[in-house]
Amino acid sequence: MSAPMTATEKILAAHAGLDHVTPGQFVNAQVDLLLANDATAGKVIAQFQHIGADRVFDPERIVLVFDHYTPSNNIASATVCRQVREFAREAGGIDVVEVGKGGIEHCVLPERGLVLPGDLIVGQDSHTCTYGGLGAFATAVGVTDTAATMALGEIWLMVPETIRFELEGQVDPWTVGKDLILHTIGRIGVDGALYKAMEFAGSAVSDLSIDSRLSLCNMGIEAGAKNAMIPPDSTTEEYLRDRAGREYDNVLSEPDARYAALHRWDVTGLRPQVAQPFLPSNVTSIDEVDPVAIDQAVVGSCTNGRLEDLAQAAEILREHTVAQGTRLIVIPGSQEVYLEATRLGYIEIFVKAGGAVSTPTCGPCFGGHMGILAEDEVAVSTTNRNFVGRMGHPRSRVYLSNAAVAAASAVAGYLCAPEEVLS
Amino acid sequence: MTGPSKAGVLRGKAWVFGDDIDTDRILPGAWLHLTDPAEIASHCLEGVDPDFAGSAKPGDFIVAGKNFGCGSSREPATFSIKALGIGAVIARSFARIFLRNAIGIGLPVIVAPGVADEVSPGDELEVDLTAGRVSNLTTGVVHQGQEFPEFMRRIVAEGGIIPYAQRRVTERAQKRLLDHSREDRT
Ligand code: SF4
Repeated sequence: MSAPMTATEKILAAHAGLDHVTPGQFVNAQVDLLLANDATAGKVIAQFQHIGADRVFDPERIVLVFDHYTPSNNIASATVCRQVREFAREAGGIDVVEVGKGGIEHCVLPERGLVLPGDLIVGQDSHTCTYGGLGAFATAVGVTDTAATMALGEIWLMVPETIRFELEGQVDPWTVGKDLILHTIGRIGVDGALYKAMEFAGSAVSDLSIDSRLSLCNMGIEAGAKNAMIPPDSTTEEYLRDRAGREYDNVLSEPDARYAALHRWDVTGLRPQVAQPFLPSNVTSIDEVDPVAIDQAVVGSCTNGRLEDLAQAAEILREHTVAQGTRLIVIPGSQEVYLEATRLGYIEIFVKAGGAVSTPTCGPCFGGHMGILAEDEVAVSTTNRNFVGRMGHPRSRVYLSNAAVAAASAVAGYLCAPEEVLS
Repeated sequence: MTGPSKAGVLRGKAWVFGDDIDTDRILPGAWLHLTDPAEIASHCLEGVDPDFAGSAKPGDFIVAGKNFGCGSSREPATFSIKALGIGAVIARSFARIFLRNAIGIGLPVIVAPGVADEVSPGDELEVDLTAGRVSNLTTGVVHQGQEFPEFMRRIVAEGGIIPYAQRRVTERAQKRLLDHSREDRT
């Protein structure tokens, strides 16, 4: 009998037409969905034309999302979007997620039921690993690999070893998926899962909403992982009930599967976490961080631009306003989130509090537009990277946190815990 | 004897960088819309050393610590290094997507854990790409890099992922034609 496999191994085997795979093995795997965005699709198309294929492998399995510089911030990005639209039409109707119809790729695809448990998803964006929150194998590749996959419908992959994280216990009420992943990266480092699959389980993980699970897996790449994975369960089923447009398979790790490492951590009472400049692994508890003065707070991105995050921010801002000398930027991750937040009154709360609310876009997350930092400015942000210059000037600084901490800090004018503002 | 003229053997100066050099520092997001290779190259590693792109010579080497190229999947970051004419990147380890991109576009990379500790900025290196060997001509120390698996080497030998995909696409088209003509005959 062959050795029991992890969920990641099982999905790779199934998509490579094999009964069994082992870590280190190279496979050619069929992809269920391929994605690119406005920052990358133009270059993908150029490389695709280079290959000289007369057709894409399957227009219905490709999604192109406008989100990075969207709505277009200059002529160059507007031109890319036009090229992408033309290509998509000529290729036989590739789905283009347009301005006003979608939002950030990693928020939109799960909402639309395009990424499902057991799927193999490849994307030209490093945070493609987000979809592991629904139990898919999802990984990022570059422009050239994406172009080749667009032509072939398959991709070479090395089967990664899996590291399993069992997080047990009840966390603090303000703690969400973002805090669990920051805590994890803080413990294992930015290359702690290099080339590996991360699998998350335990009561602290199964307690998480889907918004939090997507957020947690989103930052797997920040530990160097190839993919991150949370086993699908009844919460997943519930989320997908009215979304999934096709059959899917809840692929779970077998009980005796082999792991490269197994971490069992007690996270009882874990408080919101903060990653200080300039690495996502530079993590401290909100209670231990210096109360640095902040110029800007950002709530949004593919990490924390979902409804749960806006709800956290609204709870803080309901009775408060943004501090003098500080600016708050709130960016719902998708039109669906935007609409729901409007219905629930969150948007009104943000505007009344003195926040700038934007249409869904990546915005300042990667220093694109909508809130670039000047020299020496400091931001607290719900995004995923605090690298040098990520949000603007190389001498600006970004602290990563969840939405409650970002909103509370906007009110206080300095980095602080939610309780400091609410009490 | 390996002479400097042997195929796959390069000589150049070492530029040494630290651990966890992320792609935002290799090519800041502000330059992602650029398409001209020379222009892209002129911003290479700007976030670490703004003078690097202007001072490095074609054939020079980047020597780095662990996890080189972490962060964003932006292939232009990888490309900026190739466009600058860097002979190879030698690191203790590479971030996954960066490594994949390098193989995909044909930028030579060598995983050689000891090099970052031993090589100083400005050292003269001789790198045998085929053998994955790095000789520090300044100190006389020779490092052996890790061997890539056969599967990866085949793709690199084909010239990257584009020629690989071209071959596969052609094979498929031929097969379609063949199936078609078979159907015609029946
Ligand atoms: S929100 Fe930020 S991290 Fe997410 S896809 Fe956009 S730029 Fe990338």
